[in-house]
Amino acid sequence: MSSDALTIPSAAAVRQPWVETLHEWVTTVDHKRLGVMYILYALVFLVVAGSEALIIRIQLMFPHNHFVSPQVFNRMFTMHGTTMVFFVGIPVLFGFANYLVPLMIGARDMAFPRLNAFSFWLTVLGGVLLYFSFVGGNGLYGAGNAPDIGWWAYAPLTSRVFSPGQSSDFWTIALLVSGFGSIGTAINIIATTLCMRCPGMQLGRMPLFVWLNLVMSGLVLIAITPLSAAQIMLCVDRYLGGHFFDTQAGGSATLWMHFFWIFGHPEVYILILPCFAFMSEIIPVFSRKPIFGYPVMVGATVCIGFVSMSVWAHHMFSIGMSSYTNSFFTITTMAVGVPTGIKIFNWIGTMWGGKIQFKVPMLFSVAFLFQFLIAGLTGIMLGSAAFDSQLTLSYFVVAHFHYTLVGGLIFGLFGAFYYWYPKITGRMLSETLGKVHFWLFLIGFHLTFDLMHVPGLLGMPRRIYTYEPRPGWATLNLLISIGGFIQGIAVLIFVWNLIFSYFKGPKAGNDPWDAWTLEWSVSSPPPVYNFASIPTVASRRPLWDLKHPEDPDSLYE
Amino acid sequence: MSAITTPLPQTPGIWTLPYRGKVGMACLIIAESAIFTIFVVAYLYYMGKSLAGPTPREVLETPIFYTVCLLSSSLTVHQAAKFLRSGRRGAFLTLWFLTIVLGSLFLFGTGQEWHRLIYEHGLTISTNLFGTTYYSLVGLHASHVTAGLLMLTVVLLFGLAGRVGPDQSARVETLALYWHFVDVVWVVVFTVVYVLGR
Repeated sequence: MSSDALTIPSAAAVRQPWVETLHEWVTTVDHKRLGVMYILYALVFLVVAGSEALIIRIQLMFPHNHFVSPQVFNRMFTMHGTTMVFFVGIPVLFGFANYLVPLMIGARDMAFPRLNAFSFWLTVLGGVLLYFSFVGGNGLYGAGNAPDIGWWAYAPLTSRVFSPGQSSDFWTIALLVSGFGSIGTAINIIATTLCMRCPGMQLGRMPLFVWLNLVMSGLVLIAITPLSAAQIMLCVDRYLGGHFFDTQAGGSATLWMHFFWIFGHPEVYILILPCFAFMSEIIPVFSRKPIFGYPVMVGATVCIGFVSMSVWAHHMFSIGMSSYTNSFFTITTMAVGVPTGIKIFNWIGTMWGGKIQFKVPMLFSVAFLFQFLIAGLTGIMLGSAAFDSQLTLSYFVVAHFHYTLVGGLIFGLFGAFYYWYPKITGRMLSETLGKVHFWLFLIGFHLTFDLMHVPGLLGMPRRIYTYEPRPGWATLNLLISIGGFIQGIAVLIFVWNLIFSYFKGPKAGNDPWDAWTLEWSVSSPPPVYNFASIPTVASRRPLWDLKHPEDPDSLYE
Repeated sequence: MSAITTPLPQTPGIWTLPYRGKVGMACLIIAESAIFTIFVVAYLYYMGKSLAGPTPREVLETPIFYTVCLLSSSLTVHQAAKFLRSGRRGAFLTLWFLTIVLGSLFLFGTGQEWHRLIYEHGLTISTNLFGTTYYSLVGLHASHVTAGLLMLTVVLLFGLAGRVGPDQSARVETLALYWHFVDVVWVVVFTVVYVLGR
């Protein structure tokens, strides 16, 4: 109590003017504040891109609907895809990595704090540029506003003839700029992980979260850069009259496809590896067991990193590659399922025989396991060239990748929010609201994306603004849209929970989940300097060692 | 609250970690290599696919002298960093300056070649596929040389002001790493454009 009396006149008690608070946040180089800003930025875009998805779904609710024009529909699915991948997925995962990696390895900040801030503001600039296209995309030509080229932006759609005005340029520059931001953050995460670990934190003792983010950052270095290169080429084509993707002058549209998917497929793993990272922290804690098969998990992660670089052309089976190429990419696609299967096996092995606590983070994690497995199975189906020729560009593909990204990534992300929110804010999220959020989102998700496979099998193509009332299509699409709205309501409940609990949630304390990694050893929220004295670790679960000095992990590792 | 943050009693022997600057630079080099790879692939893919002239065989001349300049600047920058580590500032500054001169000579050579191609042969970036891929690839490299020269010059200015000593040798070596990368990329670009491409 006496120490409380001493802290009253400190900075916390004196409210500073909001301008100064704002100035502090804008100029900060602190990894925790940048992490929080990344996450908030991504949440804003999650709501924006989610609304775009709902516009798409309203338009597709009934056959021959006229809610939006075909042109607006094209802009909506382009902006939805681009935003979700580049301005929701990547920033939110970088936010968690930024916040947690230094805390987990016992460091006081990232290796390059200013580069960190620079990368964040580049990402912000990218998002602003993309959405500025709604206003400035008309350009001098008075044609179009937001980009309507799809998130793949296949040539020749991006040529001056088909994309007059500036909308495609905003798209190109936005991705180029935010790509540079991503590369900066990836460099930072790798340098932090390799050079800033506290004494005793050998590579083999790092939490799996750090390992997965390390591999993710490595993938960012070699996968985002091809996209940047391709965007530079596109700029050369559009502004300097180059012929890279100009088929009239001997250029090749297929080359753009290759360049895009050399980025595009590893990108999927860039998004899902941090989600695996969340799972590898949440599942052991709520099963009350250490992770099953740590070295194999690390090996499988590195293996996914390598194999994912050689599967890109399975997005292009229908363009007429040679049968050898098709076979090669079918085989590599099947192969990437093996390390992923090992991971799912190990998470189940972690739960097996554990004292499982079904708190909200664990609920999302268990749902993730089921859904990601199904997403993986449809992935194997689409990875087979013969089957893919039948289903490519249909709603089956849309259902498949939304199963991985919503059923996998978003579920894992929600789990991570419920798990680390107490650390970031010092308050617990409401369990009751959390359970309502979970069940509503689960029902909405399955209604939408389970059913979406069926119109795909029936032959409904993707990216069409309306459809004929064929048998079953109308009912299925109506149900899919209703599921979308249920998910929307669930997300609103989640956002309300985030705001409400920030003010009214119960105090969390340092370690609400009785967890084992270093971030739980400091106060919630952590002090600016993270650790008063740099800790020393002797095992993979330093807090277990602290709490159980009679039986520390270090004796067995 | 502070009880739980107390470090564990056990302390390991010596705890050394790699220098973050070099790790960061290595990562940047990996990322840049991927960018160059895409441009090189595009160059190779479009080799001989131009629908109109001029072709590389007609207009390109192998820049032997300027290549020697750039490659030898790798040696001087390496030696300069070595001198700095052993505290010989004068030798460091001389070789560092020589590196900048050699790099600038190379850039001058590129400029001269472009001038000749544009004014004598009428080859611009929009003339044909060869022009597009050639100017993009060589230009991407030249822009990296320019960035490197700017950074080298900053270090030279600080050096002339007496602010660069053996304490900074790790940073100087990090920059030297980037310069080596620029040189290695030129070996690849040279092979692709002037050997395979003609």
